[in-house]
Amino acid sequence: MVKKLAKSVREYKFLSILTLIFIIGEVIIEVFIPFITAYMVERVKDGADINEIIKIGSFLAVMACVSLACGGIAGFTCAKASAGFAKNLRKDVFHKIQTYTFENIDKFSSASLVTRMTTDVANVQMSYMMLIRTAIRCPLMLVFAIVMAYVMGGFLATAFVVVVPFLGFGLYLIGRKAMPAFRGVFKKYDKLNESIEENVRGIRVVKGFSREEYEKQKFEVAADDIRKDFTKAERIVALNSPLMQICMYFNMVFIMFVGSKMTVLGQHGVDIGQMSAMLTYGMQILISLMMLSMIYVILTMSTESAKRICEVLNEEPAICNPENPVTDVSDGSIKFENVSFKYSASAKRFALSNINLEIPSGSTVGIIGGTGVSKTSLVQLIPRLYDVTEGSVKVAGKDVREYDIESLRSAVAMVLQKNLLFSGTIKENLRWGNAGATDEEIIQACKLAQADEFIQSFPDKYDTKIEQGGTNVSGGQKQRLCIARALLKKPRILILDDSTSAVDTKTDALIRAGFKEYIPETTKIIIAQRIASVEDADIIIVMDNGGITAIGKHDELLKTSHIYREVYEQQVQGGAEDEE
Amino acid sequence: MKNDSVKPKTNKKSTIKRILKMLIEFFPVLIPVTAVCIIFSAIVSVIPALFTQKIYEIIGNPDNFGKWDYVFDKILPLIIWLICVYLLSLLSITTYTQLMAYITHRFLHKTRRKMFDGMQNLPIKYFDTHKHGDIMSHYTNDLDTLRELVANAMPTLLQSCVIVVGVLSVMIYYSIWMTLIVLCGVFVMMLVSKKIGGGSAKYFVRQQKSIGQAEGFVQEMMNGQKVVKVFNHEKESEEDFEKINEQLFQDSRRAHAYANVLGPIIMNIGNILYVIVAVCGGLFILLNAKNVSLSGMAFNISIVVPFMNMTKQFTGNVNQVSQQINIIVMGLAGAQRIFELMDQEPEVDDGYVTLVNAEIDENGNITETKKRTGKWAWKHPHHDGTLTYTQLKGDVRLVGVDFSYTEGKQILHDVSVYAEPGQKVAFVGATGAGKTTITNLINCFYNIEDGKIRYDGININKIKKDDLRRSLGIVLQETNLFTGTVMENIRYGRLDATDEECIEAAKLSGADDFITRLPEGYETQLSNNGANLSQGQRQLIAIARAAVADPPVMILDEATSSIDTRTEAIVQKGMDRLMEGRTVFVIAHRLSTVKNSDVIMVLDKGRIIERGDHNKLIAEKGTYYQLYTGAFELE
Repeated sequence: MVKKLAKSVREYKFLSILTLIFIIGEVIIEVFIPFITAYMVERVKDGADINEIIKIGSFLAVMACVSLACGGIAGFTCAKASAGFAKNLRKDVFHKIQTYTFENIDKFSSASLVTRMTTDVANVQMSYMMLIRTAIRCPLMLVFAIVMAYVMGGFLATAFVVVVPFLGFGLYLIGRKAMPAFRGVFKKYDKLNESIEENVRGIRVVKGFSREEYEKQKFEVAADDIRKDFTKAERIVALNSPLMQICMYFNMVFIMFVGSKMTVLGQHGVDIGQMSAMLTYGMQILISLMMLSMIYVILTMSTESAKRICEVLNEEPAICNPENPVTDVSDGSIKFENVSFKYSASAKRFALSNINLEIPSGSTVGIIGGTGVSKTSLVQLIPRLYDVTEGSVKVAGKDVREYDIESLRSAVAMVLQKNLLFSGTIKENLRWGNAGATDEEIIQACKLAQADEFIQSFPDKYDTKIEQGGTNVSGGQKQRLCIARALLKKPRILILDDSTSAVDTKTDALIRAGFKEYIPETTKIIIAQRIASVEDADIIIVMDNGGITAIGKHDELLKTSHIYREVYEQQVQGGAEDEE
Repeated sequence: MKNDSVKPKTNKKSTIKRILKMLIEFFPVLIPVTAVCIIFSAIVSVIPALFTQKIYEIIGNPDNFGKWDYVFDKILPLIIWLICVYLLSLLSITTYTQLMAYITHRFLHKTRRKMFDGMQNLPIKYFDTHKHGDIMSHYTNDLDTLRELVANAMPTLLQSCVIVVGVLSVMIYYSIWMTLIVLCGVFVMMLVSKKIGGGSAKYFVRQQKSIGQAEGFVQEMMNGQKVVKVFNHEKESEEDFEKINEQLFQDSRRAHAYANVLGPIIMNIGNILYVIVAVCGGLFILLNAKNVSLSGMAFNISIVVPFMNMTKQFTGNVNQVSQQINIIVMGLAGAQRIFELMDQEPEVDDGYVTLVNAEIDENGNITETKKRTGKWAWKHPHHDGTLTYTQLKGDVRLVGVDFSYTEGKQILHDVSVYAEPGQKVAFVGATGAGKTTITNLINCFYNIEDGKIRYDGININKIKKDDLRRSLGIVLQETNLFTGTVMENIRYGRLDATDEECIEAAKLSGADDFITRLPEGYETQLSNNGANLSQGQRQLIAIARAAVADPPVMILDEATSSIDTRTEAIVQKGMDRLMEGRTVFVIAHRLSTVKNSDVIMVLDKGRIIERGDHNKLIAEKGTYYQLYTGAFELE
């Protein structure tokens, strides 16, 4: 996992290493300052003259300045390195997602991908900063301080032999108890927030059923449960502080007492200056230990985030380009040979089973059937959005798996059922179909999709801004824009997945008439709820429960397929009786 | 979308005051106890300097050299005192850290509950005018920053301030000259931390903004990822992301750089100060300078050494405070947003007419009863203290209703609708014509501007909102299911419904068929708004949920829009049974759904332009006729 994430450091490796070097510099100086100060105190006691003291003093001041410079630079480089690392990480995750196939996308909800790219990356960024700033600093400080303490204090330093393992062990125990408690509580906390979100989203239902009190009670129970768990975990961690204090106090008393004796008796050359220095080192040692335990806590807390990011990075796209791909899709003929398909290997039910179908280039195909009968699944196999489980799908006589994916998808335009426009102008949205499209081409496509008229009625025409999610155009307008966007690809095959449901029948008919006239070469596949949308198709496919129950023309199906007839009668009933 | 009409931003001071007030209100005993403990432990941490100074003085005296027994007798009481002080300090530290753990989470819990409870009482308008993500971030980001403020920044601040004051007094006690030197250094530190800390806070706010931007972009792209794939648009969206990512990088880098640099700078100014104190101390001793102090002690090594340590302590605490600047700035901003949510005006409910179970005898006399009889009555207390009961029939009348969501943009003009008990009333019209708005008014999600709405002859403003809504079942186009089993979701309609009643309701609405085919049937867990179900299946569960509530009046707002026509035809029988004997308001896109209504209202731009049953409207050859024949498009 660490290796995977470390790959994203890249150009910030240099800065990271630089940070480490400056921090080492800072630590060394910091350790030496008390040493020299002790020396100075000693000299003062021994009656040194002003010049000498000023000399030592200025030397010390210079050291502090160097330490400041080192610390400052390290703080700067480390901020840049970690922010850069986060940037690269976000970029890598985003790029990875771009390689995902539909199958991969289905696996992650879009909300979870957003969290991974924001909160989780931010957590990792903080840990990384912590790591390069303190992970080297603390152990180094610890070692230096202990060494210096021995060099200076000799016997006095034995205090640390007792204190350091004691504190280390104590911190370890606290960490070991607190970590699982926190992990558990964070999971519950996420759940609580999810349920708040549910409540906010469904507030109309809550209020509609007058369930405010019920919701409050439910919330109270869940929130109180979390409070208890949180308090429990937090109280364990709160022991850190007294533990630290005990060690510090022990240290202090020990040095005061033993140090006094040694000073008075003149043993080991101990004196007041050294005692004072020992106290300083003692603090440094204890603080380093404390920081180490904090690093441990923060690192473990961000492991979850790191894991979630790695999940995205490790997910391998299910569909890859073949070797020596075919880049030219010569016509729009489609053939399904014994195709079976299920959404995941573990799924019990096949979404499609044993489909055989042949569609000549340039024909118009209508697909009709209830919800959940795999109409969408069927057409998604054509641009290879999913791969078949068994059998093969052929476009222009070649298996779709032989094509270069990009070439295949630019030849097969699909208007998805859940179609979407992005924030930007209408023109920008349309250019998704063809980045180099001229204004004339765009207008032509819109005319064909019956969109030009309403676009011209907007004050800014083709430069009208579309808001996020396309909320400022109506459903029917959105659908027509999406069709125009697909048409701009000049595809060999055009698939409309229930894409005219919000368009009135007259306009719907105009669109279909336009297709016939202007893009006769293109194979058109239309999934629809309305019989009217498919009744003049060359081939009509009636689907039910993962299979094709009938194929034929309108008149034939009226006779042969009871499903088709049922739907037809229901829709035409009344309407047809009245004069058209 | 943010509501601009909120009162002017409250300032920082009043926010702090309010947080403190809440804390004291919640914990009238614990907060003072904790504060005392913190102050005590802070004071205690200053005291050792006094003892160490004494000890240094004794052992530093050349006369005492080699006389350990004599010195031992002298310093033993000092050391014992020291130990006692330490034990007290340990006790107070342990107490306050444990108390803080308790207080912090209880405080957050209470705040969270206050937010949530308050939120439940807010009018629908609040939810319609605020983005859900923004509301949510009060519970996540804002509460987190508040937690940091209460749990870390406030105790640290209190402790550091007390220590600073304590150390300062001890310093003055020893030497005023030396104290002045330290104060000069501290002044510099404060200037620096104000400058850098301010810069850091500024960039953190900016970082927050660019995170929001990145989030928005990523959200849009992730939602449209399938469209991206279909159009081979991966490269372009990568390029767009690059720009936003770069901006975030720049802001994040600056924010953290400021924050990171602050620590070493303050610490090393501390170091320099330490050196200066040491040098000056040395010089003073050498020059035999005259000391000015409260204690009247002369300069010697036993003053300079503890002074140096005190300098460290002093600057260390100033550093502590400076590190809290970010937390405080962000915590206060978070608290302000939380208070904004808490201060929202709750939904006004002046209703006094309540809904009760009723028994009705042959003569039509109504008596109130506790048990469920399937019959309901409105209990209407009058000014003179008498009570009248009116049977709940489901007669809803709107007379000359005007309404607008925002002033000046009138949505409904003079709308009158008469729905007699048991009638099915349909609304047809384009998006924005005001169909849903009418139902929003009937269940009092919004209040009308002009005209009246009467329910069984009672002005709906007089009816208690809960009771009014209990008598109305709504099924919305956008179905919202809750985490839990299918059964629990259906039971949401009536909490005391038995399993059998829930299953009965599911059968009635045509949901039973697919539910029994789910792997765990009615016990199947739903999560994430029923993500594992299709939109149509979700709608069926929502219909069952309304059915189990068994309300006399139902509102179906595009309730069957995601069920295909064939399934709808199958469900239709159940729906017909469901609607039987009830007053039903139907909004539907598909005319086949509304065709058999008793009255169909065609709405256009907030006005009813046609009304009548199907045959009448067809015969009129107006808008409805055009819609029906497909000459018009409906959105």
